[in-house]
Amino acid sequence: MKHRTFFWFILPSALAMILFIALPVVSVFIQSLHVEHEQVLRTVENCGPFGCAEETIVDREATRELREARPLGRFAGFSNYLDRNHLAITEIRGMWERSDSIADFTRRAMTLPFWRALAFTLTFTFVVTPFVLVLGLAIALGVNSLPRIFRGPTIFVSLLPMIVTPLIGSLVLYWMVDSRGVLGAFLQTVTNDPTLSLRASPTLTWIMLIVYGVWSSAPFAFIVFYAGLQTVPEEPLEAAMIDGANRWQRIRYVVIPHLMPLAIFITLMQLMDNFRVFEPIVGFQAQASATSLSYNIFNYLRGDAAQFGAAATTSMLTILGVVVLLAPVLIRTWRDFNRKGH
Amino acid sequence: MAATQRRSPLLVTVSTALVLLWVVIASFPFLWTLWGSFKVQADFFSLSDWRNALRGTFTMAQTGSAFTGQGYHGAWVQEEFWRAAMNTLIVVVCVVVISLTFGTLGGYALARSGFRYTFWLLMIALVFRAMPHITLVSGYLLPFFQWNVWGHLPTAIIVLVAINQPFTLWMLHSFFLNIPKDLDESAMVDGCTRFQAFRHVIVPVMWPGVITTGLFSFLLAYNDFAVTAMLLSQQNQTMVPKIASFLGSTQVEGNVMFAVAAVVSATAPLFVLILFFQRQIVSGLTAGAVKG
Amino acid sequence: MNMRLKLMACASVLAMGMSSAALADCGISSGDVSILGNDFPALQAVVAGAQECATGSVTVTTNLTRDHRDLQVAALTANPSQYSVAVVANGSIVPLMNAGLIRPLDDLIEKHGSDLLPTQMVRVEGQVMAVAFMANAQHLFYRSDVLEQAGVGAPQTLSDVLSAAEAIRSQGIMDHPVAIVSGAGWNLAQEFVNLYLGHGGSFFEPGSAAPAINNEAGIATLEALKALTGFSNPDYLTFDSNAIQALWEAGEVALMLHWGSRGAGILSGENSTPEIVASTVLAAAPTVEGQSRPATTLWWDGFTIAANTSDENAEASFLAMLNGITPERIAANSELAVWLGEGYEPTPASAGVIASAQGGAAPYPMTPYMGLMHTALGDNLAPFLQGSASAEETLATIEAAYATAARSQGFLN
Repeated sequence: MKHRTFFWFILPSALAMILFIALPVVSVFIQSLHVEHEQVLRTVENCGPFGCAEETIVDREATRELREARPLGRFAGFSNYLDRNHLAITEIRGMWERSDSIADFTRRAMTLPFWRALAFTLTFTFVVTPFVLVLGLAIALGVNSLPRIFRGPTIFVSLLPMIVTPLIGSLVLYWMVDSRGVLGAFLQTVTNDPTLSLRASPTLTWIMLIVYGVWSSAPFAFIVFYAGLQTVPEEPLEAAMIDGANRWQRIRYVVIPHLMPLAIFITLMQLMDNFRVFEPIVGFQAQASATSLSYNIFNYLRGDAAQFGAAATTSMLTILGVVVLLAPVLIRTWRDFNRKGH
Repeated sequence: MAATQRRSPLLVTVSTALVLLWVVIASFPFLWTLWGSFKVQADFFSLSDWRNALRGTFTMAQTGSAFTGQGYHGAWVQEEFWRAAMNTLIVVVCVVVISLTFGTLGGYALARSGFRYTFWLLMIALVFRAMPHITLVSGYLLPFFQWNVWGHLPTAIIVLVAINQPFTLWMLHSFFLNIPKDLDESAMVDGCTRFQAFRHVIVPVMWPGVITTGLFSFLLAYNDFAVTAMLLSQQNQTMVPKIASFLGSTQVEGNVMFAVAAVVSATAPLFVLILFFQRQIVSGLTAGAVKG
Repeated sequence: MNMRLKLMACASVLAMGMSSAALADCGISSGDVSILGNDFPALQAVVAGAQECATGSVTVTTNLTRDHRDLQVAALTANPSQYSVAVVANGSIVPLMNAGLIRPLDDLIEKHGSDLLPTQMVRVEGQVMAVAFMANAQHLFYRSDVLEQAGVGAPQTLSDVLSAAEAIRSQGIMDHPVAIVSGAGWNLAQEFVNLYLGHGGSFFEPGSAAPAINNEAGIATLEALKALTGFSNPDYLTFDSNAIQALWEAGEVALMLHWGSRGAGILSGENSTPEIVASTVLAAAPTVEGQSRPATTLWWDGFTIAANTSDENAEASFLAMLNGITPERIAANSELAVWLGEGYEPTPASAGVIASAQGGAAPYPMTPYMGLMHTALGDNLAPFLQGSASAEETLATIEAAYATAARSQGFLN
């Protein structure tokens, strides 16, 4: 395709992305290199409905000039990235020296917000992604071999975990897995442990979040694979059958290679989406046992004390994490691309 | 598939059992919600005994019958949930149409251009997608307020389209790679321009991919909370933020049953939509299976 | 839901009736009023009053949303600002003041505010920055029948609460008789703040942003939290306000520290039984031994006027909001909140908040960096309660997390 034609084809899409994603990403990066101006504080008397008290306030006049001269704040280089809320190099070193065992070190390191979030985020990503791929493929193959009349309703039902908005989906599920809810009571009967509560133990909370992750993402893999199965060419399948290949061999040597580009696509998207896991943590109120990088960003931005610098830094680290995570898949795509394109 | 005839009964049983199991797992929470939406809060969220949700003890006591439409009445009539439904309809239709238009053009170009920059464009799009939405949204607020575009539906639509572009591009690019190059190239040999070839040869065979991609654009716009909650004013609120507002806050109790009823009634029309969409995918079978 | 529905229906019927009868009686000649605030019935009633002021030359638009705190700074920074009124609380006024986005109201009060009570004015350095119209606080709820059965009297102090819980448990009446809003994050931090102030602690070194919680009061507070949650259901780290209200309404707990604003719902008995409602007592938050003030913090809700809006709009907004909190309106909506203005008739649901305020409970601090401390507390208290960190370690971690945040926000060097 000519450069010119390519340009016009890609233009609307590229423009939207540049305006609403690229520019914000750049500004977030710049913000992550700055910290707020020094705030001049003053003690004054504040009075309200419940009496008066001595309190400090920010002296606006004194900080205004600083702000107007440099609206971004003080340039801080990469210090935001190294501070305790992020990579925490100094703290890690100190903890290493003070710890008497690996377990003790881990326990201490888990008080550092970035590393604590990363531990859960990575576990979640690497457990959920393969399960979603396998489960999605299995369901797609199963649905594809159903009589046509059942396929429509089955597809609809299979998509339900994705359709029901996570906000309510997790609220209802959260209630169902409560030790007094229908699933919680079921689990207590199955395990014969009347005190079992998924919400009380950190380990069970992690498992619950992971199961929810697989449940809610499997439909995505399923529907992509299902669409892909509709385009599996007949010829190689028939040829394989004539050669005496059984069903498993046909799937292994014909269907799976055909679905490979889609599988890579799903892997890319799932790795990325799972790395940004957020809704279930809020929905299941799991932040005592599990936090993720996206949760940390949310935590920095929300509430009465928004910390934009910290949120920007965590966002950049998230992007970096995604790039590292996707690197193997990307390198593979790059090789394929070179092989095909030239 | 011709393969259907020669399948061992064992395989059929196993695969059907698997699908059945999955159907139960996928639908049980929803069916439970559907059932519970006709109960009162004290039953559906009963602490004393979950079986209250089945028996409707409190529903009987409070309303005199085992089922009640209070949640639906509250959400749709009293809280005017239909306004939010209308807004969602507008947002969703616009997002899907615009996303797919931009995405098919871009995805097609990416699939057909062999130059290296296409690879890098795809990579950059991926990196863009890695940006957590809440960071993006909090960055939009100040400029949008400053330009006085905050709170309007078109603003939320264009932002959702942009946020969804990387995904749409990648997905359609993968689908277009599966459509043989010879199709459009032979049309171009016959004297078509690139766009004419795209319009007359590719568009008719691209529907399975486009519909599937459209489904995801649809779900993104439909389920989005981060963007719509922060970029739309109360008048233009879509369904999900509206449902969230039924849930109350730390200090003030909400009305959970309104939310439950709203979710159930918002899911019903999708059933029709997906039945339709399923037929489209299957009817695209012949088109997609053209050999290269 | 019925009680709330009726109340809301009442409020809106009232609003409609008034709007047809007394259209444009707000004394506004012209201007644009736009209101940003949280979304709950009491505020909806106030805003309905402000909306009555709309005439041909006066427009009133509103945006009531749970996410108002995340919008307000950006919305008021724009010039002209998107909203002329921001409805805030002790916590959420701080970012607006830090950035100088709200204007002093002294001149407007002098001109129009003769009906306001002096206690409604929120003064910062002598200037009125907000007009408060309602109050809220966490306080003690207890079940008189269960306490009677266990043979203990009405709890006044924290150790009364703990010994009552012990009595209930040891007699096998309930396994987990206590509930507090102990979900990790903001809620748990709020419990720490309440108990810490109740222990007489202060969060910062005087006149500076340096943290000062790693002390005896801090350790005592953590121990108190651990003792209270020890009597709670093991899921306590996931409990938000809704969860513990449900526990109460199901009769599963006998002692609860909860928001006063939940009292009306609990007393309505909508989701519970008449026996539970009849024996529910709303009392002041418990005091800590040797301290006088109840261990809770008082919150107010009030309105502020944007700095980046014209004087005409500011005056129109002020008048419209005054029309939202007239004595008649407050009297008609007494059930919805603990109102601070004239006309309020206290209801049974307000007993706990009023008792706590009369007992001298502290207001939630309006310090610029309190929000950072609250976040640091919320993120780091759980390991102590889960038993994976000691009290000293936990307090040191909180101080370190706070100091990092305060440094990047420019409060500390």
